[in-house]
Amino acid sequence: MSVSTADLKRLGEVKAPAGLAQRVLAGAGLADEYARFDTVIGAVFVAWNRSGVSAAARSNSAHEFEEYFRAEVGRRPLRAGTPSPEMAQRITDELSGKRTLRFDLRGLTEFEQAVLHKAREIPYGQVRPYSWVAREIGHPSAVRAVGTALANNPIPYFIPCHRVVRADGVIGNYGGGGPEAKKAILTLEGVRVQWLADLARAGVRYQGVKTTGVYCYPTCHHGRRALERNVVLLHDAEEAKAAGFRPCKSCRPMAA
Amino acid sequence: MDGVEHVFERMVHDHQDRLYALGYALTGNRHDAEEVAQDTLLRAYRALVRYPPERVRELKQRAWLHRIAVNVARNRYRRPGPRMVELNGSEQDAAPGPETRALQRIELDGVAAALACLPERYREAVVLRCVQDLSYAEAAEVLGQPVGTVKSNVHRGLRILRGENNERFDS
Repeated sequence: MSVSTADLKRLGEVKAPAGLAQRVLAGAGLADEYARFDTVIGAVFVAWNRSGVSAAARSNSAHEFEEYFRAEVGRRPLRAGTPSPEMAQRITDELSGKRTLRFDLRGLTEFEQAVLHKAREIPYGQVRPYSWVAREIGHPSAVRAVGTALANNPIPYFIPCHRVVRADGVIGNYGGGGPEAKKAILTLEGVRVQWLADLARAGVRYQGVKTTGVYCYPTCHHGRRALERNVVLLHDAEEAKAAGFRPCKSCRPMAA
Repeated sequence: MDGVEHVFERMVHDHQDRLYALGYALTGNRHDAEEVAQDTLLRAYRALVRYPPERVRELKQRAWLHRIAVNVARNRYRRPGPRMVELNGSEQDAAPGPETRALQRIELDGVAAALACLPERYREAVVLRCVQDLSYAEAAEVLGQPVGTVKSNVHRGLRILRGENNERFDS
């Protein structure tokens, strides 16, 4: 074919495809992409960037999520064209207890990050009291601050702040949708919420297993296969010690 | 720090179309064009954050970005293996648009494909001068060649494109 200079000029007038600028900004770490995912806990908006997942919320609309994201994270939210199936798979895995996601917690203080990382160590289907998180991160008296940090968790559901509960059996507040939502998610994970509340209200904090001589938090998986007649309900660490039990090394009901 | 981010956002906004056109004309297909534009801007960002503020301020953005883009594009078409040349259609746009637009797309793909058949040195010169509308001086600066060389490469390239080529060329 014969190509004229007018043809060449027209070639120079093509427009970049939609989304190019967004991908560049996301690639430079100046913006986060987000998308809506259908999950076991319903539709969740999730934002991410090169460092990992940066926010999650069960917003009613993309607009609502964008506002939340700007206020919470302070970067620019960009709606992803088609979220990769890999991302969807990871989200599904994460919500069923497999830890595959990385998180971007850059905007948070060191203390807040420590709290959230610790919360993430709590296994699927188990719960720990706020005081446990405080002790584990080396600030045993900062129980309230732990509560605040968890309440401000920018990535609920994925960083499982719902697995941190009050020691007195009250389910405790939940930034991801109130106490009812917290109960619902824990139930979904197989936690017997009512049973746990009843134990706590009766002052029971731990369970000891006679055959192993070990005591655990009630939801710890290590004691779960014990026969009922071998289980001893314990109210505090002194009682456990007096009865000859040692703390479980997995759920660590006492500082090691 | 905040300043650089601002400069960069503007740069992306101002130059994305030009860089995409450049990538399209140099590589001959829209897919590579997109990657050239994207890579170029990301490289630019990585450079910008390391530059002292006065250098960022005095930067001749257009020539600078074109220089990066030409290098990025070279890395792609000098890569071994078959190259993609689109003869028609290419992937659909997000919004396909009316038929005339589709026809224009096919025509443009033809122009890009014709450019892709030119030897590299002619193609780069023609693209910078005639597609991107840079001056000979700017094109020479981008390519790091004397103005005279660029001029003669543009003319030879254009003659081939017009089908007036009775000159033998290699490379």
